[in-house]
Amino acid sequence: MTALKTPAPAPTRGRPDPQPPRRVGFSQRLGRWDVKFSPYLYISPFFILFALVGAFPLVYTAYVSVHEWNLLGGQGEFVGLQNFTDVLGQAVFWKSVANTFSIFILSAGPQLALAITIAALLDQNLRAATFWRMGVLVPYVVAPVAVSMIFGRMFADQYGLVNAVLGGIGLDAVGWHSDRFASHVAIATIVNFRWTGYNALILLAAMQAVPRELYEAAVIDGAGRLRQFFSVTVPQIRATMVFVVITATIGGMQIFDEVRMYDAQGLGGPSRNWMTTVLYLYDVAWGNQKNFGRAAAVAWLLFLLIVCIGLINFFLTTRIATSDGERPASRRRTKELIARAQAASQARAAGADAAHRAEPAEPADPSPPDPGPDRPGSQTTPGGDR
Amino acid sequence: MRTRTRILAASTSIAAMTALAACGGGDSGSESEDTGSAGSDDGEAVTLTVATFNQFGYTEEMLDQYESEHPGVTVELVTADTSEAARTNLTTKIAAGGEGLSDIEAIEVDWLPELMQYPELFVDLTDPELEDRWLDWKVAQATTIDGQLIGYGTDIGPEAICYRQDLFADAGLPTDPAEVAELLGGEGASWEDYFAAGREFVAASDAAWFDGAQPTYQGMVNQLEAAYEDAGTGEPVDLASNSAVQDLYQQVLAASVDDGLSAGLEQWTADWDAAFQNDGFATMLCPAWMTGPIEERAGGIDGWNVADVFPGGGGNWGGSFLTVPASGANTEAATELAAWLTAPEQQTVAFENAGTFPSQIEAQSSEAVQAFTNPFFNDAPVGEVFTSRAEAIEGAPFKGANYFAIHQAVQDAILRVDVTQEQDAETSWDGALESFNSLGLM
Repeated sequence: MTALKTPAPAPTRGRPDPQPPRRVGFSQRLGRWDVKFSPYLYISPFFILFALVGAFPLVYTAYVSVHEWNLLGGQGEFVGLQNFTDVLGQAVFWKSVANTFSIFILSAGPQLALAITIAALLDQNLRAATFWRMGVLVPYVVAPVAVSMIFGRMFADQYGLVNAVLGGIGLDAVGWHSDRFASHVAIATIVNFRWTGYNALILLAAMQAVPRELYEAAVIDGAGRLRQFFSVTVPQIRATMVFVVITATIGGMQIFDEVRMYDAQGLGGPSRNWMTTVLYLYDVAWGNQKNFGRAAAVAWLLFLLIVCIGLINFFLTTRIATSDGERPASRRRTKELIARAQAASQARAAGADAAHRAEPAEPADPSPPDPGPDRPGSQTTPGGDR
Repeated sequence: MRTRTRILAASTSIAAMTALAACGGGDSGSESEDTGSAGSDDGEAVTLTVATFNQFGYTEEMLDQYESEHPGVTVELVTADTSEAARTNLTTKIAAGGEGLSDIEAIEVDWLPELMQYPELFVDLTDPELEDRWLDWKVAQATTIDGQLIGYGTDIGPEAICYRQDLFADAGLPTDPAEVAELLGGEGASWEDYFAAGREFVAASDAAWFDGAQPTYQGMVNQLEAAYEDAGTGEPVDLASNSAVQDLYQQVLAASVDDGLSAGLEQWTADWDAAFQNDGFATMLCPAWMTGPIEERAGGIDGWNVADVFPGGGGNWGGSFLTVPASGANTEAATELAAWLTAPEQQTVAFENAGTFPSQIEAQSSEAVQAFTNPFFNDAPVGEVFTSRAEAIEGAPFKGANYFAIHQAVQDAILRVDVTQEQDAETSWDGALESFNSLGLM
């Protein structure tokens, strides 16, 4: 505002303003609007899009969930929370939630471990590095349905490749479609096949951003490859790892293609042993029940579940991230640090023993990763979790 | 070229809709939809889309012929890979108010009942001229209680027994179709005859007798007049007191598991596919349209043949209808096309192309169908065999709106015993009762 007004008194001919401010011209008004509103305009595409495909469906689903609603028949009577109690009373719903968590844990854990290993390997000086890096992304490019169909064949009970190999080395065949746990392992394998490479690339990008001096320093300190990995690489990419875990969680709660294509019926087997919650939602809405009201209730329950997990994630993330020292610390923590620094300098001024001078002042220093570690052997990793 | 015009039309309609949205132009959407599918508003040039699934046997030549006989009409074929996909597509689009539906939608008999609850969604196809075209029971399947004809019949699925004559020979059984028919009980074959022959077979062979309890049960339940629902009222029967179904359940599982006749396979799974190449089983229930899928999976195996026999009298499995959704822009032209496609001449050609056995009386008795043989099945006279099997069908079983849901509960119970083998027959039946109760029908 003020910036706009300054050019107005440009003709300084010694005359004071002839009249009280002239009528503001249109272009000027436009300019003012520009300053006022265009920032909102610039960010509006996201919010318009979000309102259309995010907020509206969310609200509308809530509206559907309190009505009787048939896929073909359309809207029925208002039933309040009846749909929610119905869904919560169905054993299949709870079974599907348990399946979802089981498959998620079986996929997220190994996936992260494998991805970080692959990323570490790719981070080395390889010949044709781009080739290998692109190579790990290939499974991600393949359509999920195709992947699921191929794995479905491999994990077939009687004539599947996996069981043939197991038989070849003298092991018993595994009932990939009859044993509940085995089916979860098989589905988790399909998920891992697709997503490991993708996550590896994200972690690789983070690894490449780790300052090389840290490794040089670590080498001087006598750290081996493994030590470098655990003491330099892992702490440095922790924020990225948290990101990967969060996206994996959201994806894991919504596993659908893999379970849908895992057998012929695509409904989690005769005992619903591998029916996930999203698949359950699909079955309620488009399967035999054709009950959109209940399906909307499932969708909302799933949403609440993901929010819960998101909050837990967020809580863990902030804890991990603040101990990092790299992230903007909370106001309280900053105050704390300042107080400590002040106390330390006061103590110093008071002529205390010069031997402890550096220690207390250190944390007040907000400078990011300090490339020159103080003393060899101290192996303080910047952002370390002391 | 065609896509280009499409895109143009689509963008025009979007533009029109946006422009008119503010003026409350509720009609503008349907009007521009007109332009999208018909190309012009005057009704001269019309594009009709026909949505089918699997293989209906409709070829480009057939459509070209129709187009040349009806100037200004363009016919486009949309094919879904499975009937399940077609079903989802159809129900979703109906749920969306009919937007995006084809002018003609093919519907399979098993999911017809659930749609017949909403007859207003479809054009009434009743036409006195076509009254005698189909088998009576085929027409009855698609007729609502109020007498509205939802769809024109395309094919039916008269069931015979397909068998592996090479495996039969190895086990010391006769291989000639006529002798096999006799072995399985001949004219008055019962399920017990079929299972007894199976016991004889498995004693002398490594292969199983049939592919699985699930498809076998499917054949048995299709012979009940009203399996899960009261034919008069359409009300579901309590599964716990449904002794007819429970009998079949016990009978098929005793034969499958206790006698070891079943290969323990679920149809359309990877294992089932692979079993065709691994001598997994020697016989299977074989509706006419099944000859296609068998050939697809058993390429390179040359022992398949078809016997003119079916346990427990005749039976029909599957078959489809062409319907005209009421929301379409050109329902009249679409009705004409649907009638043409389901005419005896066209269905005869379709049978030759895809093995879909015609439901039209005239087509069934035509020379082309009668003389038709299938080289893959060792030149079995499939036209003759399935005509004779079709004659054995006494009528269509009653299938109400809840047929699919209840059937699935029983089918799952059978799979738990026969395929995944996680439960015995009794425990699994309790599970079926539980899933039946959770449907909330009683």
